[in-house]
Amino acid sequence: MDIDVRKVAMLSRIRLTDDEAAELGPQLSNIIGYVEQLSAVNTDGVEPIAHPHDIAMPQRVDAVTNSNRRDALQASAPKTESGLYVVPKVIE
Amino acid sequence: MSWEVVIGLEVHVQVNTKTKQFCGCSTQFGAEPNTQTCPVCLGMPGQLPVLNMEAARKTVLTGLAINADINLVSKFDRKNYFYPDLPKGYQITQFPLPIVEHGYLDIPVKDGEKRIGITRIHMEEDAGKSMHEGLDGVSHIDLNRSGVPLMEIVSEPDMADADEAIAYLKQLHQLVCFLDVSGANMEKGQFRCDANVSVRRPGEPLGTRAELKNLNSFRFIKQAIEYEVNRQIELIEDGGEVVQETRLFDSAKGESRSMRGKEEAHDYRYFPEPDLPPLRFTQAEVDAIRAGMPELPGQLRKRFETEYGLSPYDADVLTQTRDLAAWYEALVAAHPADPKRCANWMANELLGRLKESGTDIAESPVSPQRLAGLLERIADNTISGKAAKDVLDAMMTSEDDADAIIDARGLKQVSDSGAIDAIIEEVMAANPAQVEGYRGGKEKLLGFFVGQVMKASRGKANPGMVNQRLKALLKG
Repeated sequence: MDIDVRKVAMLSRIRLTDDEAAELGPQLSNIIGYVEQLSAVNTDGVEPIAHPHDIAMPQRVDAVTNSNRRDALQASAPKTESGLYVVPKVIE
Repeated sequence: MSWEVVIGLEVHVQVNTKTKQFCGCSTQFGAEPNTQTCPVCLGMPGQLPVLNMEAARKTVLTGLAINADINLVSKFDRKNYFYPDLPKGYQITQFPLPIVEHGYLDIPVKDGEKRIGITRIHMEEDAGKSMHEGLDGVSHIDLNRSGVPLMEIVSEPDMADADEAIAYLKQLHQLVCFLDVSGANMEKGQFRCDANVSVRRPGEPLGTRAELKNLNSFRFIKQAIEYEVNRQIELIEDGGEVVQETRLFDSAKGESRSMRGKEEAHDYRYFPEPDLPPLRFTQAEVDAIRAGMPELPGQLRKRFETEYGLSPYDADVLTQTRDLAAWYEALVAAHPADPKRCANWMANELLGRLKESGTDIAESPVSPQRLAGLLERIADNTISGKAAKDVLDAMMTSEDDADAIIDARGLKQVSDSGAIDAIIEEVMAANPAQVEGYRGGKEKLLGFFVGQVMKASRGKANPGMVNQRLKALLKG
């Protein structure tokens, strides 16, 4: 299976050089090809599973447990102003 | 040749839980920016979501109220895209196996009712808020809303014009309010609508649709749909073709513009959310949720008509919200003698005054008991209806009850026939020409006499009695 490596890179916001694209394209195609062997398995009558672990959903009660930790949480942000995160303009 | 319009709606409803969908942060609206966040809703590495079961139950309740199937097993998926108000880089949502499917709402249309199919309701989480205005080269991000529980309610393409779309939205809005599953305040973004609109010639397959975003009031939704329908018809009649695209409605200009530039990036690469196991409900749990279902607007409307003898119009006005209906029933409990009088005074007088001051019924300065006290005085003829309106005006700004205001202002109606006769005789003596006219057949003059007598009594004479006594005395 052929992979449009440029498109995948764009969707993932990963910058690739031409050399990297040339190298990674076939590698990704190989991985997909490997996994695709699974589609050869006959799954007639097998119930699809929603999750590999058959565990119960942990249930959270609707009560506030977190307090304001803005200063600590924003310490790793590149830039903030009046409590807001500042990012490059995202609308044209 | 005519055109058929096909509209489907996607409504995002914020679920009114105390905490977010997957973490214990508060959802309180209007807090200082970024003060209601934690490592989970900020998408920090290694954090795990834990589902808010109250949000799940409220979504099930909504599903039951639209007559839908509840999937006892549903699952969560990741929808991947990059935007700074989505810190994880994906939204947790439900894709192939949502919690609710196959429901419907019956909406009022010109000639009766129309059934609008609801394809599904799925649970997901809201994104943060981006601000761009007045900023130079940057955007500001507030993540307090990041992770707030949402239900996305997806309709079938069953609506044929903007009016049907609005009727559906209003019905849905009223429903989520009654169920108390959402604040549903559109200005606060708690009830948001995207519209898929296409046109076709009758009998032909569906046309290409455009998706309208950013519709945050009923008025704008109607405008945006009508604009889009005209745009598509003109385009096709001029030999053009509709392209599938997202369009952003600009309410200030009353037109929409294409966001086509972004379409290319809309490849969400859904995959199962590995951090959450399937969500399971037992039938007994679903039944328990159903047992807690409040009376719905349609049922309430019919009950108000049969139990209290209200007109369909009054029943509709008084069942617009749960608060209104509860207030009305409290009023009837305090003044059981005349439910219709209760409806008239609440719908016409009290709600009119509240509307003027922009006050919600829940914050009404007059309680049902105080209004009932006033209605008692109308019922026992202590005051006239006209004087009662003045008393209600006074009640809006004071805490006194009706009797205190009536006493203080001397509004007690004169119903003593001797006293009324005395006034009538004075008026007749002062207007001999009119008396003669009346006796000569000009019966319209009765109105003149009523006015004069009321004036002479400074509005306190019982109008019914004045009428009756005037007729008797004028006969001569």
